[in-house]
Amino acid sequence: MLKRTTTALAAGLIAVATGGWADPDENQLVVNGDIEITTQAAAPAHLEGLSEIYSGWRFREVDTQATQMDDFDNPAFLAVDAAQEVWNTVEGEAGKSCATCHGDVMESMKGVRATYPKWNGEAEEVRTLAMQINACRTDNLDADAYGYTSGDMTAMEALISVASRGMPVDVAIDGPAQSMWEQGKEMYYTRYGQLELSCANCHEDNYGNYIRADHLSQGQINGFPVYRLKNTKLNASHDRFKGCIRDTRAETFKPGSPEFVALELYVASRGNGLSVEAPSVRN
Amino acid sequence: MATGVKPRVKVPGSASAGEVITIKTLISHQMESGQRKDSDGNKIPRSIINRFTCEFNGQSVLDMTLEPAISTNPYVEFQATVPETGEFKFTWYDDDGDVYEDSKPITVG
Repeated sequence: MLKRTTTALAAGLIAVATGGWADPDENQLVVNGDIEITTQAAAPAHLEGLSEIYSGWRFREVDTQATQMDDFDNPAFLAVDAAQEVWNTVEGEAGKSCATCHGDVMESMKGVRATYPKWNGEAEEVRTLAMQINACRTDNLDADAYGYTSGDMTAMEALISVASRGMPVDVAIDGPAQSMWEQGKEMYYTRYGQLELSCANCHEDNYGNYIRADHLSQGQINGFPVYRLKNTKLNASHDRFKGCIRDTRAETFKPGSPEFVALELYVASRGNGLSVEAPSVRN
Repeated sequence: MATGVKPRVKVPGSASAGEVITIKTLISHQMESGQRKDSDGNKIPRSIINRFTCEFNGQSVLDMTLEPAISTNPYVEFQATVPETGEFKFTWYDDDGDVYEDSKPITVG
């Protein structure tokens, strides 16, 4: 906490915004009056800079929060409905649909979103959920791969995430995934761009403060893919990373690149203990 | 003309007599205004939902005209008083003549 305060004071302008009202609120997230979502938890052991972790939901306006509390109000569910149809539709040369192998998505995909990105032993690489979906499409369905951050992809990720809603994020950081996790951590604390900002400068040192009109969250990705009010569509975490790095006035990495996969692995592990919230609603 | 049209309705399953309930409806529809042009400069023809009605046991609850300025996926939320057990019937009228229907029963106990 001391570290946060001193950084905020050093930043001068930002310090003006520090006050009780800037911190995460105390609201509780229950979706459909049924699924209890953990939006605050003790920070995982590997995370030294934070003692508590908060979902981005706790930093949003009350109206935005309410939109996520009922699936009927949550616009992401139009995409989820569409993906449910795709799930059951035969596509590609192999004459199979997702359902041919996996059956009911809410049963077979339960808990999947909570553990990704994760090491795939056969392919010997760390795979994000999007990479796994595309591998399944090209290898098993013999269909075309989706664009990494396309509407089809984010909709399918959202559908698979719904099956894990409310379950704690539990991304493995040891074993064969460790070197990639270290790479992601290195990136998180590296200052990028002309503004020389690292992820940590905003999302660890100054969460709860305002950066101009934006209320900074901890940058947790337990709610991705997220429906954003600003562009009225589902957004992939890699698109968000890209936007953030662009805002530091740097050349960004490409969505789906090994760099962003490493960063996703690390950022996801910072949220170990929060509930899977996707598809969430943010501004 | 319009593709991917899907009506969705949320009505409580039960209520007490005379209770005021909230009804939420949403229909996925492109709501093409007729004002836009495609990349060749040709006008994209108007294609919208132009009327939405709600009836309860044959009695009109709501009858609204929708105009081209209403955006994609029109969402209509309103309140209704439920006097007895019955059925809400919802109807959307498309410019191309299609009619989409949905209904929800409600029990007064």
